[in-house]
Amino acid sequence: MALVGILGFKARKEQTLEAVAEFDSVGLRYGTGGEVLRDLDFRLANGGFYFLTGPSGAGKTSLLKLLYVAQRPTRGRIRLFGEELTEAPRDALPAYRRRIGVVFQDFRLIRHLSAFDNVALPLRVAGASEEEVEGPVREMLAWVGLADRASARPPTLSGGEQQRVAIARAVINRPDILVADEPTGNVDAEMAKRLLHLFTALNRLGTTVVVATHDIGLISATPGAQLIRLENGSVVDPTGALKNPPASHNKGGS
Amino acid sequence: MLGWLFASPADRRLLGGGRLRGPTPWVIAIMSFSIFIIAATGLALAHTAGLLSSAIQARYSVEVPGGSSNLDVILRTVRSAPGVASAEAVPEREMRKTLERWLGPAAASPDLPVPALVNFDVKPGVDLGEIGRRVAAAAPTATISAHRETVKPLLKSLRVLQWVAFGLVLMLSAAAAAAVVLAARGALDTHRSTIEVMHGVGATDLQVTHLFQRKIAIDAFVGSVAGAATAALVLLLLTAGAAFAGELVGGATLGPGDFLVLLLLPLALTGLATWVARAAVLAALRRAL
Repeated sequence: MALVGILGFKARKEQTLEAVAEFDSVGLRYGTGGEVLRDLDFRLANGGFYFLTGPSGAGKTSLLKLLYVAQRPTRGRIRLFGEELTEAPRDALPAYRRRIGVVFQDFRLIRHLSAFDNVALPLRVAGASEEEVEGPVREMLAWVGLADRASARPPTLSGGEQQRVAIARAVINRPDILVADEPTGNVDAEMAKRLLHLFTALNRLGTTVVVATHDIGLISATPGAQLIRLENGSVVDPTGALKNPPASHNKGGS
Repeated sequence: MLGWLFASPADRRLLGGGRLRGPTPWVIAIMSFSIFIIAATGLALAHTAGLLSSAIQARYSVEVPGGSSNLDVILRTVRSAPGVASAEAVPEREMRKTLERWLGPAAASPDLPVPALVNFDVKPGVDLGEIGRRVAAAAPTATISAHRETVKPLLKSLRVLQWVAFGLVLMLSAAAAAAVVLAARGALDTHRSTIEVMHGVGATDLQVTHLFQRKIAIDAFVGSVAGAATAALVLLLLTAGAAFAGELVGGATLGPGDFLVLLLLPLALTGLATWVARAAVLAALRRAL
């Protein structure tokens, strides 16, 4: 079944918002240590597809944490969906997080919940009834090839299966931004291909996709995607293309 | 307001494990048991002090040291005095019977001087001086004493014990609250990864808090009811034993309001534990991010 059917997606209408995320002079440090990210100045175009690359320790995961609102910057300003996030009260953060799907490098599935419950979690947190949860979750699990493992708990799933559950959980809520940290690290080539297909399908439907990866094959198989290269905590952007991104390339429809 | 108590099965699965695991219900049960016993004792002391105080407020005694052969005359004199509501003589054999509890068979010895005693109750605003003059005319060595003065040290001790019991109840409640805070922090540590995932998918602090609040409320309710029920059983057995032995009958008692207070104690302890758990979890969550 097509993803559009599973998620009940409709192509987003023409949006006036050009950038879903704007980083201005953003810096991040943990505790009293030095800055792990500094002077980040870039924008993510609405509907864009980005690969975040860079050597290990460059700050990719930290940047993603800022993007999915797990950290606040220690300096600078971040705007998400056109709204100032840096000084937003704590109570306002869940609303941002519900618009962002995250695929963690270590999956972060809840071990004592079934695959079904893990995938259903974002819907339930958002207040969906069990009737509203049942169909989409079953279909999403079928789409990632885990229809018969719905009641299995993560410790009984292989790494690849856990990865697929994590991806299903990230996209079940039809996020505006999908953030994935090394999503193909634990899957075989065939599954990596399917994941990329999923990401591009979501992107065509209007979701801004940001994938942190070392996988050159993944990057080269995605024409039109932009690269964000991090080195020593800074974004390498000699042409300024990331600071003033082109208008959304959201094509709409599937 | 109490919607958090009725979590869906999916929400109940989020924290995993069954209910009543870990030490929390047991700690709460022990606290509840102790609080119930101490509160019952304090309330009984207060009730008894109140009863005693009101019973002796208007009661006086005429005492003739060494006894008196004209006890009937004294009794008639007292009864006929203005403002006396009632009067009765305490028979010598009854006094010796009372003394026998402390002195044994020696209390029956004719060598033991037993005073003549007439107890009387007065109406409000009575002139005690007039009664004293009439009694003095009938028995010059007689003295009149107010029961409230005699019993004053005992009443004071009862009041002090009552406040000590109240203080102990407060301290044990504080200890129970501290135990709940530790339990809540332990639960947060145990479920840290679940909380991170929930926050990551957009759960609010209240949504997370309600999971823990509900779990601790159930543990606290079961523990406090079990503790209080055990304490009530122990008190019943003690009372029955004392009654069987013929002691304490007519001693410390509880009023109807006291029973209500004791019935509400487990609910109050549950409420306290729930409120403390909620505050502890919310505070811990707000320290993050």
